[in-house]
Amino acid sequence: MSYTWNWGIFFDVSPDGTHTYLTLLLFGAGWTLATALSAWVIALVFGSIVGVLRTTPHPWLVRFATGYVELFRNVPLLVQMFLWYFVLPEVVPRAVGLWLKQMPNASFYTAVVCLGLYTSARVAEQVRAGITSLPRDQSLAGLALGFTLPQTYRYVLMPMAYRIILPPLTSEFLNIIKNSAVALTIGLLELTARAREMQEYSFQVFEAFTAATVVYIVINIVVVFTMRRLERRVAVPGYIGMGTPVH
Amino acid sequence: MFGSFDTDVIVRSLPYLFYDGMTFTLTLTALATAGGIAFGTALALMRLSSFTVLSGLAGAYVNLMRSVPLVLVIFWFYFLVPYIGQWITGSPRPIQVGAFASSLVTFTLFEAAYFCEIMRAGIQSIPRGQRDAAEAVGMTYAQSMRYIILPQAFRNMLPVLLTQTIILFQDTSLVYVLSITDFLGAASKVAQRDGRLVEMYLFAAAIYFVISLTASQLVRIIQRRTAIVR
Repeated sequence: MSYTWNWGIFFDVSPDGTHTYLTLLLFGAGWTLATALSAWVIALVFGSIVGVLRTTPHPWLVRFATGYVELFRNVPLLVQMFLWYFVLPEVVPRAVGLWLKQMPNASFYTAVVCLGLYTSARVAEQVRAGITSLPRDQSLAGLALGFTLPQTYRYVLMPMAYRIILPPLTSEFLNIIKNSAVALTIGLLELTARAREMQEYSFQVFEAFTAATVVYIVINIVVVFTMRRLERRVAVPGYIGMGTPVH
Repeated sequence: MFGSFDTDVIVRSLPYLFYDGMTFTLTLTALATAGGIAFGTALALMRLSSFTVLSGLAGAYVNLMRSVPLVLVIFWFYFLVPYIGQWITGSPRPIQVGAFASSLVTFTLFEAAYFCEIMRAGIQSIPRGQRDAAEAVGMTYAQSMRYIILPQAFRNMLPVLLTQTIILFQDTSLVYVLSITDFLGAASKVAQRDGRLVEMYLFAAAIYFVISLTASQLVRIIQRRTAIVR
């Protein structure tokens, strides 16, 4: 091999003159987490609303929600990123466009909105699957007790549905962390971007990418571990965690 | 607003977008799917094997690939493939690898992890009695997989495999980070050359949308056709 390893490179000062490469990678990890967590809030809120709409008995609401899901699922994330970052400021009124372009940390906000809505379509599918996996009697019983439709969702269906879809939601959360790397194309200096930057400045390609890989794996392990604990805490005895739900 | 929307720039660049760009995207998608399913099936068989070394290795590979972003994997292989090539061919220095070969290796190896999980579920969905029956009539492990288990696993998992292919098709747009001329890369190059970002990106989004939506509707039809009545 003609490649020279140098693991000490992480403690060298980067060309910015003050921070070591390691510090910059950790800054990157911070932005990755900040982006993923903020986008996750949007994804959960919009995903829940759209997922619920798809299960309501109103055909127009179902049609709207289906369209929403198909729209966000059938365009690649990178293209959506470009639409939000390059196209949106051009097609809104000039003053709004200027404000969008001059906003500090524009790539961060764009990435959060884009990732949030992109993931919300996937969350919506999970929420819908969770609700439809419940026996129909549950919503009928709720309505028979005099709950309105929103109350039935709020007190009867959603508390069960969320518990059922916790494992797939965990995968979606892991996906949002990984997908945040796509934001490097619009200039967000998250973890992968920092690793790439370190590779360009120091020429230590494999050290830089190994470090980023290790950080991603650690984040993954922490998330999976935390979610397992949460799953155990909120499990409904005799219903979830015993294999397939018994109907 | 849309007052200055220039459809002419799209029409003028159509040959470039489709002949250069879309050909790259579709070829990459097709070859990476074929390679990914082949390697993924091998990984699935390894994961389900009773040799702990084999199943451990395959498990580690799949978990590693599934916990890192595709963008990072693309960068990894872009720099790693020349060294792998050097190691295989025994040449004195890292070999030159073209953009297409590099992305093909990346997507095959990356998607194999996802195809592995699909095939594993498919193999596990076949009742254990069938393996036992195959063994009882004297089939070897390879024969029982080749003639009994895998054909059924493929059939059961066909819709999921195709859906994963649609995801792969969308994911290939990420080769943009290596400045490769795939469909999005071509659109992006025209967009930047002519200063027509709005037109080109909206057009690219529309094309991806139409292809993915049509493909997913077809998958739904196939799903209904291939469902085995039990």
